[in-house]
Amino acid sequence: MFAYIMRRLAVAVPTLLLLIVFSFILMHLAPGGPFTQERELPPQVLANLNAKYGLDDPLWKQIINYIWGIVAHFDFGPSFVYPDRSVNELIAAGFPVTLTYGSLAFVAAVAMGVGLGVVAAIWHNSFLDYLAVGISIGAQVLPNFVMAPILVLIFTLWYGLLPGGGWSFNDPSFWIMPVIALGTSYMASIARITRSAMLEVLGSNHIRTARAKGMPEHRVILRHALKPAMLPVISYLGPVFVSMITGSVVIDIYFSTGGIGKAFVDSALNRDYAVMMGVTILVGALTILFNLIVDVLYAWIDPKIRY
Amino acid sequence: MALLEIDNLSVRFATNDGEVQAVNQVNLSVDPGETLGIVGESGSGKSQLSFALMGLLAKNGRASGSVRFDGQEILNAPPRVLNRIRAEKIAMIFQDPMTSLNPYMRVSDQMAEVLTLHKGMSKRQAVAEAVQMLDAVKIPDARGRVRLYPHEFSGGMRQRVMIAMALLCRPQLLIADEPTTALDVTVQAQIMTLLADLQREFGMAMILITHDLGVVAGSCERVAVMYGGRIRETGPVGPLFAEPAHPYTQGLLHAIPRIDQQGEELAAIPGSPPNMTHPPAGCAFAPRCPYRRGGCDDQRPPLEGFAPDRARACFAPLADVLAGRETVRVADLDAALGDQQDDQLMPEAAVAGAGMAAAPSKVDTHD
Amino acid sequence: MVIQQDKMQSLAARMAQDEVKGRSPWADARKRFFRNKAAMTGLIILIAVALFALLGGYFAQWSNEDLDFAVMGQVATMGAPSLENGHYFGTDDLGRDLFARTVQGTQISLMVGIVGAAIAVIVGTLYGATAGYVGGRTDQIMMRAVDILMSIPYMFVLILLLVMFGRSIAMLFLGIGLISWLDMSRIVRGQTLSLKNREFIEAARATGVPSWKIILRHIVPNLLGVVAVYATLLVPLMILTESFISFLGLGVQEPLTSWGALISEGAGTMNYGTLWQLAFPLFFFVITLFGFFFVGDGLRDALDPKDR
Repeated sequence: MFAYIMRRLAVAVPTLLLLIVFSFILMHLAPGGPFTQERELPPQVLANLNAKYGLDDPLWKQIINYIWGIVAHFDFGPSFVYPDRSVNELIAAGFPVTLTYGSLAFVAAVAMGVGLGVVAAIWHNSFLDYLAVGISIGAQVLPNFVMAPILVLIFTLWYGLLPGGGWSFNDPSFWIMPVIALGTSYMASIARITRSAMLEVLGSNHIRTARAKGMPEHRVILRHALKPAMLPVISYLGPVFVSMITGSVVIDIYFSTGGIGKAFVDSALNRDYAVMMGVTILVGALTILFNLIVDVLYAWIDPKIRY
Repeated sequence: MALLEIDNLSVRFATNDGEVQAVNQVNLSVDPGETLGIVGESGSGKSQLSFALMGLLAKNGRASGSVRFDGQEILNAPPRVLNRIRAEKIAMIFQDPMTSLNPYMRVSDQMAEVLTLHKGMSKRQAVAEAVQMLDAVKIPDARGRVRLYPHEFSGGMRQRVMIAMALLCRPQLLIADEPTTALDVTVQAQIMTLLADLQREFGMAMILITHDLGVVAGSCERVAVMYGGRIRETGPVGPLFAEPAHPYTQGLLHAIPRIDQQGEELAAIPGSPPNMTHPPAGCAFAPRCPYRRGGCDDQRPPLEGFAPDRARACFAPLADVLAGRETVRVADLDAALGDQQDDQLMPEAAVAGAGMAAAPSKVDTHD
Repeated sequence: MVIQQDKMQSLAARMAQDEVKGRSPWADARKRFFRNKAAMTGLIILIAVALFALLGGYFAQWSNEDLDFAVMGQVATMGAPSLENGHYFGTDDLGRDLFARTVQGTQISLMVGIVGAAIAVIVGTLYGATAGYVGGRTDQIMMRAVDILMSIPYMFVLILLLVMFGRSIAMLFLGIGLISWLDMSRIVRGQTLSLKNREFIEAARATGVPSWKIILRHIVPNLLGVVAVYATLLVPLMILTESFISFLGLGVQEPLTSWGALISEGAGTMNYGTLWQLAFPLFFFVITLFGFFFVGDGLRDALDPKDR
């Protein structure tokens, strides 16, 4: 197992480097530098700024400096727009918020999705099944940017139960809507995947064998069916995780929660390339890490995968 | 008293293409220690018959009639009753050892759970017992291999594991559903020998379901030939093979390739099995039958005894069948059936609806 | 919303089986599809939405750009949906006719969805078929590249692209289309691998048919079922992505609009009680997603019938 993880890491690290180089070059190619503004800066000022941020170095040197900064000091450099703040500070301010509502939404989506899917599969073609399928089909056309306004409309504008925006680590009422808005459509997808995987497994030969052993049905499901039925769900967790982070862009805008989504959008609107790159790379690293975890989990469950 | 009595058993599947009548009014009995062979081509309902006995039908399947084991009614019995009989009294081995074992569990866990469940053994005892049983089915280095996963065994070894698992509780009846179909020929022989030895050793009865008449001849005492979900002929192996009294049985026996008759063309049964969504009104075999006559197409022949222990379901006089006095030439049947074959095939939904991955197996060499 | 890869795989396996048996899966599939109520409902919805996009403009009393000065400034009271003043769907915050705007948004969202899906499917199919057919080292390198691309956070890169190179529809098409071809290429590669060594391909190769011709003549047609299903299910995903981007204000730019942009505007103004501004675009958005979803699902079930 250890060797397997190492091998996956050996792929992951170059991928990350590639991502960094790619976004760096992209940034370099972009028309207009970071200091292109409506009001033209005097050439001398521009040259000084470029020198300060090392933008007059050759491209390869800039890249190496940038990567070295990240690797050696975990330093994504200064923000181009707010010279007194580093990218790290900007990200660090938002990250805990995103992490909180993101992981809550993730856990809720997985737990409810799997539960709904399993129930639907076990009582296939019953009222429960139709209900679960109905919920999951209905919910999957409600992505976060649709859910957010609907939730606000209902819970804030009509009933005044929940705060319509803002964030507090101490008050869970601020968490509820972001979590629901972010998680609903993924809950639905997970439920669908779980249901069809479970149905497939329950109709398979080895489940018939388990039943022929005289096991009670709940033990057949828990011991024999659940594990294989989880495999497709697990391989979907990687994309779900990424979507949680991507979705934070909408959540942060709509609920003013102030996560890294906000840092990203602000930087996008300000053309603050340093912050954009920092966030992109961070998200990329998390994605790669999470995919690695998913792969390891998968290999751990499925003995046929040799590692 | 018979160990197992099957009375008027029918199995129906509800599918999108209509109701499939997989098994129709079957009566059979098995005595303690006896081996009964059930023979038929794929789609004849023999596997569904065995699943019905064990309550293992797919969700869209319904069984009716009566099945008594040791005097107790087990057909459609509540799970509580069935679970005490499954594995403990009646065990089953399936035709595809590749997929019938749980690929995500070690063999030791899969075997041990039978014993912890039914005998209340501890995990350690159960594994030790499992190793012994693996030894009994002649798996080399059983102690070392019990910790492996199924995919680390070959096909033949996997079927041995299945057999060992089935025998753990020393059942009184073993149902073997095409135990050798998925295996190489040489391995087939080994498995059959093993089954015969174990049966003698444990003194259990066995229902052997197969399409392979050679297997039946080698290991069964009595045979039931099924076609279109009904029993066509039953009897002791010797007489039935020597003097097949039903045209279908005769066709099956003729279709076996024989080394001593070289150069002759294989005698296939023309046509293919009936579509059980719309079973024919009369004898299901009539369209393919070289002995058919008036009445065959609109009346179903009942299963009637004609000699001690023997019965058949056919309108053609016994003497005609035994003497081979055919009414229709096989070549003509072939030509007549040639065009409509596609429509006659079992609908796919019927197989899918059964929820079982039945590997296609063929009795006749026709296609 | 998600395209279930295991189901796609099952479909691919089935199509390959049919090809080998020389059986056409389409005749039966058509019957099954037309019997499927959900799929038929979806198809009717899609036809209705398409008609709305194509012909809606002729029914609009107002153009999508003109401001109605009669309601401007008092949209909440005067701008509600009404047959009398010709604003069937009401007006937006600026007093523009929402009916005309919704027609325009529908056109653009459908176009982005369909073009994006087409790009994804074409790129994915060609890439996957090439990798699978050529095989060997090339295949390994190509598929490793896919692995690497899989772990790039696309939405962020797409936003990066849109910010850096300006917000144009062409960029949106390209960016959205290039996001989703990866899964497609994997399925197609697997399919190609399983077909490649069949007798009829070998025969073609033995008689000197060039590789590209074999790919186009034998491999690609066999992929048709998978591609059709995948494309149908991809369109709603593309529409979702476009709406997401437009919701953020980075997608389609004024005076053009799309569902995402309209939903965003409607969500921004619902505090003032102008609910229709959210409701109408959202309604079309949701039913179209449903429509594509039901049709795609029905198509797959028709081609690969299984009870699940």
